Amino acid sequence: MKNVEENMGLELRGLKKILGGRVIIENLDLSVAKGEMISLLGPSGCGKTTTLRMIAGFLIPDAGTVTVAGRDVTNFGPEKRPSAMVFQNYALWPHMTVSKNVAYPLKIKGLGKIEIAEKVEAALGLVNLLHHKDSRPGRISGGEQQRVALARALIQEPDVLLLDEPLSNLDAKLREKVREDIRELQRRLGITTVIVTHDQEEALSISDRVAVMNSGKIEQFSNPQDLYRHPATEYVATFIGALNRFEGNLVEGRIVSGSDVIGIRPEDLILSSQPKDGAFLGAVELVIPRGHFFEVVIRREDGIFKAFTNEFIPAVGENVFVKIKKSLRYQNGKLVA
Amino acid sequence: MRRYFNPAKVALNLSVFLLALFILGPILWLGVHAFVTDWKYPHLYPSGLTLNWWSKVFLDSALKTAIRNSLIISPIVVVLSMVICLPAAYAAGRKNYWGRKTFMITLFSANSFPKIGLFAAIATLYYTLNLMGTFLGVVIIQLLGTIIYMTWIPAAAFASVPRYLEEAARDAGANKFTVFRTITLRMAMPGILVAIVMSFLASFDEAQGSYLVGAPTIYTMPTEMYSLVQNYPIQVAAVFSILLAIPSVLLLGLARKHIMGGQLAEGFQIK
Repeated sequence: MKNVEENMGLELRGLKKILGGRVIIENLDLSVAKGEMISLLGPSGCGKTTTLRMIAGFLIPDAGTVTVAGRDVTNFGPEKRPSAMVFQNYALWPHMTVSKNVAYPLKIKGLGKIEIAEKVEAALGLVNLLHHKDSRPGRISGGEQQRVALARALIQEPDVLLLDEPLSNLDAKLREKVREDIRELQRRLGITTVIVTHDQEEALSISDRVAVMNSGKIEQFSNPQDLYRHPATEYVATFIGALNRFEGNLVEGRIVSGSDVIGIRPEDLILSSQPKDGAFLGAVELVIPRGHFFEVVIRREDGIFKAFTNEFIPAVGENVFVKIKKSLRYQNGKLVA
Repeated sequence: MRRYFNPAKVALNLSVFLLALFILGPILWLGVHAFVTDWKYPHLYPSGLTLNWWSKVFLDSALKTAIRNSLIISPIVVVLSMVICLPAAYAAGRKNYWGRKTFMITLFSANSFPKIGLFAAIATLYYTLNLMGTFLGVVIIQLLGTIIYMTWIPAAAFASVPRYLEEAARDAGANKFTVFRTITLRMAMPGILVAIVMSFLASFDEAQGSYLVGAPTIYTMPTEMYSLVQNYPIQVAAVFSILLAIPSVLLLGLARKHIMGGQLAEGFQIK
């Protein structure tokens, strides 16, 4: 039953893309359920934009298939695909008014004037831009331009909505609001959505699931909590959130030399002034206030630890007991349970 | 209250006035002489007003033919130039093929030598092709002068249309031809309009080559000016000069209104 549902969304199978003699994407698989919102997250050059462009149809994969709503669209051009994209720079046509921009896809489809006018009205209403109907894109703010681009994409009633770095051109204040607006709209319309972003906070806060990408491969495709608490690879563990990383093994609460890699989240370190079972003494080197918590750097004889705490805040130079509450163990980059 | 007298301001106004007189003076002179019977030193006022010179121009069959020829030849030249050059301009602006730069630079060759030498060489070619004194011969000569405008300006205009705007149209369901028609061409239009105006003026004002290959059978307005200055009263030449200037002024006015005030000013503000 789950499989059938998944097939109605977006399905990438064995995608491969070579550009300029370089393998950009190698054997990529991805299943997005209908109505799900996922992110492709990774540093620049990891292949996330190439993947998005293959879903949109601007690039034809060298191998593999793209299936949308159960239909194989691999060899279709972008105009034939049931996907709609919001471009990073919004790509609004400057010689058309806002409503002409939004009406364009319907005009191409050959819909009647009255029907187009009604749908444009509805789409602009959806993004609260009816008052800018007759403005030129150059005359409205960046956030408004993006809403126009969103309306232009939604009016096509696409099976998959593609967002390329949707928040990168907005200032920090607006970013959070737009993020919530997009999420709310996506939930209300139940539209399958793929976001490309390099911003992990953006990806984790908006998506049902996040695909962390690295050099053309998906390292892990999971929900945000999983990615943070159980990073499947060392790459994901270091990429998402803060991490204390040690080369060695963890034996009875201490780092000893060994072949594994041990990762410890800063909030998984327990500080106390009293000795505890499994806690070892270290010297506080740095205390940095971070708003609602403190970052404390402690030198223990087996290494330097960064801890986040908001209960017990030691002073610089003080000796405290540090206990490792939870750790992640990696062998050859992969998580060992 | 006594009005404040500022010598610097007066001097400035005076110099602006003199500059304007220097630039516009000849046009004023033309404008006046086209409508007066005679106005020569030492007479302070013209001896009378008349539309006589205008009727003379419009009744003179040679002059009428020249006007008609110009109004037929120049539009044909512009249309031919567009047909020949715009595809090349699109290719040069959008595709990066081998030898593209060399090709674009070569187009300047017709403009980089003294024209009369080029025209003389073409004239010998025309004799063997029987194009001397023909309508087609004049059209081809004038076409040469428009090529630079009709390739370089539209090429830059096509090149400046961002690819993502075309991609957005593809994504919205438009095929390649529709994208070209509704996005690329529309956004390059200001540049193409400028090229059309420049080409029309280049063709309309071209005298040297047109005279060499067209006379004595085909006269256009500028080539007719040569005989006009010698064989007619000076006031007829004034009328003719004004007629010659009308298309330029009209086109520049239109260009100012539609290009400077329109999309070009409005369009390219977004990132």
